[in-house]
Amino acid sequence: MEAASLPAGSEPPRARSRGLSERGLARLMVTPSLALIALVAAYPIGYAIWLSLNEYSVRVAGLSRWAGFKNYSTALGDSAFWDAFRTTFIFTGASVFLELVIGLAMAMAMHAAFKGQGLLRTVVLVPWAVLTVVTAIMWQSIFDPTLGLVNTLLGVDTVWLGSEPEALIVMIVADTWKTAPFMALLILAGLQVIPGDIYEAAKVDGASAWQRFVRITLPLLKPAILVALIFRTLDALRIFDLPFVLTGGANGTNTLSLISYETFQTNRILGLGSALAVLTFAVVMAVSFVYIRFVGGNIRGLAED
Amino acid sequence: MEAATVERAEPRVRTKKAKAPRTGTPWWMWLAVAAIVVFCLFPFYWLVNISLKTGPDLSSSDLFPPSPSLANYESIFRNDDFVRALGNSVIVSLVTTVLSLIFGSFCAYALARLRFKGKFFILGAVLSITTFPAIAIAAPIFQLWSSPPELFGVQLLPRLFDTIPGLIIPYITFTLPLAIYILTSFFKEIPKDLEEAALVDGATNFQAFYKVVIPLAAPGLATAGILTFIFAWNEFLLAVTLTSTPEARTVPAAIAFFTGSTQFEDPIGTISAASVIISIPLVLMVLLFQKRIVAGLTAGAVKG
Repeated sequence: MEAASLPAGSEPPRARSRGLSERGLARLMVTPSLALIALVAAYPIGYAIWLSLNEYSVRVAGLSRWAGFKNYSTALGDSAFWDAFRTTFIFTGASVFLELVIGLAMAMAMHAAFKGQGLLRTVVLVPWAVLTVVTAIMWQSIFDPTLGLVNTLLGVDTVWLGSEPEALIVMIVADTWKTAPFMALLILAGLQVIPGDIYEAAKVDGASAWQRFVRITLPLLKPAILVALIFRTLDALRIFDLPFVLTGGANGTNTLSLISYETFQTNRILGLGSALAVLTFAVVMAVSFVYIRFVGGNIRGLAED
Repeated sequence: MEAATVERAEPRVRTKKAKAPRTGTPWWMWLAVAAIVVFCLFPFYWLVNISLKTGPDLSSSDLFPPSPSLANYESIFRNDDFVRALGNSVIVSLVTTVLSLIFGSFCAYALARLRFKGKFFILGAVLSITTFPAIAIAAPIFQLWSSPPELFGVQLLPRLFDTIPGLIIPYITFTLPLAIYILTSFFKEIPKDLEEAALVDGATNFQAFYKVVIPLAAPGLATAGILTFIFAWNEFLLAVTLTSTPEARTVPAAIAFFTGSTQFEDPIGTISAASVIISIPLVLMVLLFQKRIVAGLTAGAVKG
C-alpha cells in the first residue's frame, strides 16, 4: 500500500488540499453502513435482551415491571419450547443431510455432463429462486389429499399436513427441494477447481471409480462442502416461512423462530417472546461457534494446502 | 476470482468433449440429467397446472388441466390487496437494492482501497450480521417502529410500523453484508494504476471512486444488485412482523394471509396463480443472469 503510493510523488498532500483526507473519506464512507448495522442489528439485540428481562402488561400499553430471569425460566420450563427445539434440530439435521447427499449427486452429474452445463445451471437455479412462501404453497398442493399427486401415486389417503410426523416430513421435503440445488452449485464450484490430471494419474495407477471418488474427490471437496454445510445449517436453524405457511406450526412443526413469533406477535406476550428470540439467537450462535471451532480451523488449513 | 476459475475450467471441459464422440455419452448420464431437470422443474409445473384449473377440476390430481382457463389470473388481478402488495414489493425491492448498492459500495471501497484504522472490526461486524436470526431483531424492531422512543418529550424516530420505509431499513441491513463482501472482492481486482492516474490528473479520492472504480465494477454491482433484489422480494418474517394492513404488505406476506373467502373460486386456484405471478420476476432473473448469480453465490464459498 505504502509502496504503491510512493511513485505518485506528491499525491497524498495534494489529495488532502483538494478534498477530504483519505482517512476522513474512509470514515465518511463506512458511516452509513455502520449506522444502519448499529440501528437495526446491534441496538435491537440489546433491546431484545432488555425486553426479555421485563414483564409487559397485555392490557395497558407501556406498563412493565422488572422480571429478571423469570421469562427465561418460564420458557425453559415449558415443554412447548423443548418441542420446538427438538423439531428445529430434527428438521435441520434431516434437511441438511438430504441436501448434502442430493446436492453432491447433482453436482457430480452436472460436472460430468459435457453438453448443456449452462442450461442445467439455469434449471437448478429455479428452485433456489422460487420464494419460500411459494415453495410451501407448491408442496402443500402436491401433498394435498384431494388434488395432490403424492396420494394418487402412493395409493394412500394420508392427510399429510394434518398428521405427525408426516407434516414434518413434508417440511423437510420442501426445504430439500428448494436448497439442494444451492448446495449443488457450491459443490460444483469446488469440483471445477480440482485439476483433472489427478484423476488421470489415479486411473493409470488402477484406482476404481469409487476409490477415485472417496480418495480424491471427497477430500478435495471438503472445504466447499463445509462452507455449504455452515450456510445451510444456520439457515435451517432459523426456519420460519415454511412451517408458518404449511401448518402454522401445528402437528409437530413448531420451530424456535415460529414459537417466538407466536408468543410476541399473536399472543402479545412481549417479554416471554423476546426471551424465546434471545434463546433462538443463542442457539444459532452456539452452533456457529461449534462450526468455527471444530470445522473452521479445518477450512483454513485446507485452504492453505 | 470466480470468473477466472470458470475460464480455467473451460479448456478441460473441451478436452473431455473431444473425447466424448469416441465413447458416446453414457445412457446413465442422460438419465441423471433428466432426473435433475424433473426434480427441479416438476413442482413448479405442478403449481402452474393447478393455477390453470377451475371449479371441479381442482379436486382431481390430473397432470394436465382438463379445461385450462386463465380465470384464476383474472381474479387475482381484480383483488386490490394483491395488486397493492405487488406494487409494494416492487418499490421495497428496488429501493432496497439501490440503497444497499450505494451504502455497500461506499463501505466496500473504503475496505478495499483506503487506509484507516478499524478495518478488521468493521469487517467482523458486517459479516456477523449474516449469522443473525431475523427473529432476534423482529420483536425489538416491532417495538421500536410501533412506539418510537422519546427523549424529553421529543419523539426520536417517526412511526415506521406498517410503512414501506419501515421494511426497507431492516432489509438494507440484512443485504449489506453480501453487497459489501461481493463489492470488496471486485474492487480489489481493479488495477490500482487507473485510480492513481486519475489522482495525478487532479481527481479527488471520491472522484476516483465514482468516475473510475464504479464503472469498472459494473459486473460486481450487477451481481450484488440481483442477489439483493431476490432477498428483498423473498423476505417473509419481517414482512409479516412489521406490517399489519395491505398498506405496506409485500406479496409474500399478502399471499400467506390470503384466504380467498370473499371470492367465489376455490382459494387454492387463485393462490397458485398469485404464486406463479410473483415467481415470474425471479425466474426471469435466473434465465437472464444465471452466470452472475452463480458467481455471486459461489464467491463466498470458494474463498471461504
